[in-house]
Amino acid sequence: MASGADHEDNLKNDSSEMVLDAFRWMVLARTFEDKISSIYKAGKIVGGVYVGKGQEAFSSALAVNLVKGKDIYSPLIRDMAGRSAFGEPLVDAARTYMGSSKGPTQGRDGNVHRGNPREGMPAMISHLGAMISVVNGILFARRMKGTLDDAVGATTIGDGGTSTGAFHEALNLAAVENLPLIVSVANNQFAYSTPNSKQFACDNITDKAVGYGITGVEVDGTDLVDCVNTFKLCVEKARAGDGPQLVVGNLLRLSGHGEHDDAPYISEDLRKSKLGEDCLSKAHNRILDEGWANQGDIDDIFKESDDEVKSAIHTAESEKVPDPYSHNWSAYSSSILNE
Amino acid sequence: MSITYLEAIREAQSVALQKNDEVFIYGQDIGFFGGAFKSTKGLYNEFPDRVLDSPISEDAMVGLAVGAAIEGMRPIVEMQFADFSSVGFNQIVNQAATLYWRTSLACPITIRLPSGGTPGSGPFHSQCMETIYAHYPGTVVMAPSTVEDAYSMLLDAISIDDPVIFCEHKYLYYHLKAQQLPKKALPATKARIVRPGRHATIVTYSAMVHEAVSTAEKLSEDGFEIEIVDLRCVKPIDIETVLGSIARTGRVLAIGEAFPWGGVTAEIISQITSEGFNLLDAPPARLNSLDTPIPYHPELWRFHRPTAHSIEDKIRKLIKE
Ligand SMILES: Cc1ncc(C[n+]2csc(CCOP(=O)(O)OP(=O)(O)O)c2C)c(N)n1
Repeated sequence: MASGADHEDNLKNDSSEMVLDAFRWMVLARTFEDKISSIYKAGKIVGGVYVGKGQEAFSSALAVNLVKGKDIYSPLIRDMAGRSAFGEPLVDAARTYMGSSKGPTQGRDGNVHRGNPREGMPAMISHLGAMISVVNGILFARRMKGTLDDAVGATTIGDGGTSTGAFHEALNLAAVENLPLIVSVANNQFAYSTPNSKQFACDNITDKAVGYGITGVEVDGTDLVDCVNTFKLCVEKARAGDGPQLVVGNLLRLSGHGEHDDAPYISEDLRKSKLGEDCLSKAHNRILDEGWANQGDIDDIFKESDDEVKSAIHTAESEKVPDPYSHNWSAYSSSILNE
Repeated sequence: MSITYLEAIREAQSVALQKNDEVFIYGQDIGFFGGAFKSTKGLYNEFPDRVLDSPISEDAMVGLAVGAAIEGMRPIVEMQFADFSSVGFNQIVNQAATLYWRTSLACPITIRLPSGGTPGSGPFHSQCMETIYAHYPGTVVMAPSTVEDAYSMLLDAISIDDPVIFCEHKYLYYHLKAQQLPKKALPATKARIVRPGRHATIVTYSAMVHEAVSTAEKLSEDGFEIEIVDLRCVKPIDIETVLGSIARTGRVLAIGEAFPWGGVTAEIISQITSEGFNLLDAPPARLNSLDTPIPYHPELWRFHRPTAHSIEDKIRKLIKE
């Protein structure tokens, strides 16, 4: 049940503060990923680059509703904004892209496959749907140990990922166990090039929630305020013991699947539709309209983000890449197995 | 008093649950019902919060175990049959087996696979999956052949900080009995010489150890002494013990109940030929099941897997060479 100081604090916060907080992370993510994209295009990043352009509002809105050190957040490929909002140091993101040996994966995996499970942020594997049951396990274990309290576990996925068996198994299990799980689905209409019409035959992804016997809600994923408020409610419900929450954000990715892809499969009409609106400029305008901040404040946010991004990338670039000769080439943690 | 292989597995879990609050068991029908084979019989009554029924969701079961391990637990996942672990394959090889490598966080989970053929079980309730899981970095794969090993190795598996695939043989569940459980045991990762010999070495594991022993006893009447090495743990492989035996005998036959293509026996032969070629007096031999799915009818099934009979043929040929 809801208890504890964090929760009280959360309820006291009115959403404008959370919106501004989320907006800062959106700006940081957009600035960072624009920069990473240009470094990639200059041929200086090995491997792929997948960005969350257009999805920053939906991503950060979930994470600002979570409490670091207590809740679990298991992000996926388009969650730069959410990762930062949950407390991932920007330099760790830069290190993973730039292949620094000091990064959380030490060069063993790249780009979005970073995390810090000790701090409540599992590191994703590529296989879509596979992280949901890991979050289930963390919540399940805490409940068994009596340490769950009113913590929640949140994880994210795309429209295409909802077609996996892993998604189904994990949601069904979470429902059966009534776990405080939040699954956010960024419904950007395409999985790589595949439209939703080839992905599922129900009208809406929230229809799937009905089958699991859990709550499913839809939100305009381009509208930061809507996103923040929707997640706020869902997180509160999960904290209060109402079980898994499926939140579907309708939007469009304003990029290719990866930075190698110019997404010719997304029609001009769709790009110009409401789904294709840029959540960042929309949030910017809304904040000014509501008077939550002025243009000067916002300029400062952009400026600070710019500085932070430059410094993180500079740090990562100046660090050593991993050395195969001194690398610890063991997949076992137990020393007896390494003999 | 006598105790079966199956009871030893139950007992090891009981001890682990008693000793360590971090241990829990998760699987289908394992709670109140005690499991399809009764390997958790009575444990739910003693530990109702840590012996828990899962839905039929092998992927989500293993994923959950990994999450619980991240939280410091030591889960045991029971697959109802080894064959169904294929549905949880992704979480085993890509999530569990890579966790430490990716994040420096250990993944102390044990996945119990009721493995191997019994008459009448057919293609989907008889498989030996050790090869599949051993192929992936980061896994430990055990396949105990005795009641004592079933007990001590399962306790070792639970205490190891890496994912352990525990292949327990269903044919041995009720067939094997011991007078008592061991207080001390060989470490799980060490092979054991089951029977000393001079003329050839058989390297095998799990239920095939017993087929090999029958063959060796028969050949002994004809004056041939066959040394038998029980690998116990197929990954890591204790190749030193295997090479030590071949140094004494000069001839080797590797036997596995699993399918013939690739696999544990192929790995053994490969390691022997590259590391102990000059110990060999004859080409190393290999025996596995036939290369078809596992048949249902007992007449077909007995023909499909290696038996004392087919092992004898192989050994006689090997000794003549
Ligand atoms: C199980 C699995 N199959 C295939 C892939 C390859 N893949 C990576 S991303 C992607 C598309 C994902 O689409 P969606 O879930 O809608 O997320 P989006 O990329 O649109 O954010 C695919 C097919 C994968 N990562 N995992």
